[in-house]
Amino acid sequence: MICLGIEGTAHSIGVGIIQDVNKTCTVRSNLIKTYKPEKGGIHPREAANHHANYIADLIYESIKKAHIDFSDIDLVSFSQGPGLGPCLRTAATAARALALSLERPIMGVNHCVAHLEIGRGTIHRCKDPVLLYVSGANTQVIAFAEGKYRVFGETLDIGIGNCLDKFGRFMDMEFPSGPKIEKLAEKGKKYLELPYSIKGMDIAFSGLLTAAEHYVEKKERLEDICYSIQETTFAALTEVTERAIAHTEKNEVLLGGGVASNKRLRDMVKTMAEERGASFFVPKKDVCIDNGAMIAWLGYLMYDSGSRMNIEDTSIDQRFRTDMVDVTWRE
Amino acid sequence: MIYKGAEAEICLSEYMGKKVIQKERITKSYRIKEIDSYLISYRTKEEAKLISEARSHGVSVPILYDIDLEEGIITMEYLQGKRIKDILNNLEEKERKHICNKIGESIAKLHNHDLIHGDITTSNMILLDDRIHLIDFGLGSKTSEIEAKGVDLHVLMEAFESTHSKYPKCFEYVLEGYKKEYHGDTSLVTKKIADIVKRGRYR
Repeated sequence: MICLGIEGTAHSIGVGIIQDVNKTCTVRSNLIKTYKPEKGGIHPREAANHHANYIADLIYESIKKAHIDFSDIDLVSFSQGPGLGPCLRTAATAARALALSLERPIMGVNHCVAHLEIGRGTIHRCKDPVLLYVSGANTQVIAFAEGKYRVFGETLDIGIGNCLDKFGRFMDMEFPSGPKIEKLAEKGKKYLELPYSIKGMDIAFSGLLTAAEHYVEKKERLEDICYSIQETTFAALTEVTERAIAHTEKNEVLLGGGVASNKRLRDMVKTMAEERGASFFVPKKDVCIDNGAMIAWLGYLMYDSGSRMNIEDTSIDQRFRTDMVDVTWRE
Repeated sequence: MIYKGAEAEICLSEYMGKKVIQKERITKSYRIKEIDSYLISYRTKEEAKLISEARSHGVSVPILYDIDLEEGIITMEYLQGKRIKDILNNLEEKERKHICNKIGESIAKLHNHDLIHGDITTSNMILLDDRIHLIDFGLGSKTSEIEAKGVDLHVLMEAFESTHSKYPKCFEYVLEGYKKEYHGDTSLVTKKIADIVKRGRYR
């Protein structure tokens, strides 16, 4: 089965085409265009305009790159939520138009669950992981338990990526600020104490952000501040992930989302996994960040296990929670 | 070693001829030394303080024998009971209600004295002699804020949702017990829980 997936929850519009080969995922093409605000953070309407400008071309290109014809597509899927309303609506509209004109079924999928499933689909040994999903808006620890994907820990205020971006904006860095902060942190030496906030398995970042800004006003070296931000927030993320592993008694860890590109975070989670005797996985970069292939793959899984959607069921849900998904494709 | 948790190892040991538990917080090499030693000694100290205070207010907790802040080791009574997590799903509804009421009462006793457990899950409760013993105060704190009490109960609510989802009334039963024992206005706390639920992302 060949499925075309459209991702459009935030600043990226992506089109991916996947084919299932014995229930594992082969990515035939996976194209992404990312909106970069000239100033400040993501403006939802401008991001949506950006997506609308590129979506048609991306669909054509992805078909070409996958060496297929439109008629080869068996299913169209799209990111139904969670995300920014205008962006979601743009992606959903494109998906509906495509599905109706090709006369193919349509499937709306949960973006967070897609991050987890693409790990299971593309990494052979990854079967039942605890996912640490870290992006701009989302910071969740997700695992399969009692028939559903459940959130075992999440941010109580802002996502980790958003935390880094907000600090970056305070320092006039460009968006997204994570890579710049990572570079600066490599040159940091002195640890400046920052609030380490864990409540049960949940986590909070906004207090830390304020404290970090105070260090700027106190003229501490920026390298040291970035180093301290990374060390503190990533240690807390690693700790909640380890707590979820202990709680669910699983032995696999999967990273997902844009912030998973950060080498220091990867190293920390990997070290934790090794010390626990758990396996550690990160999907390839193009399927780890927001992308269409993961949406296509989850669409396939749902369709293959008997889920069906009519056009009337495809309205977007900005607050689509991970644990609202009916997991029909797993035992 | 009988259990390896996320941050500590639980070992069976002997202390003055008694069978005891040693909870040792383990150094994590994924985090830098400054954060690691701070967390280990701070949490060990806080945990010991909270356990002894809880006990003085009539909450069932393990008896403390020794505390080593440098090494992060607490030596305490060995409770040979059953984890609530393991038994709750297999009980008759009436018995489950009874247990959950009792859980609520214990939490209320803590909150009456501004003690916050910080990680109330059914893994951290042991049933022994028809008493619920609370263990692992590692993320606890002391505060009179309603917010903290709400968060404390909310953690338990989430634990029920993820681990005992087939029995949706558990949390209701806990609140019944809580209301009976709590000295303050329970409706303020339940209102807070509702707030926290709404605050959770995408609810």
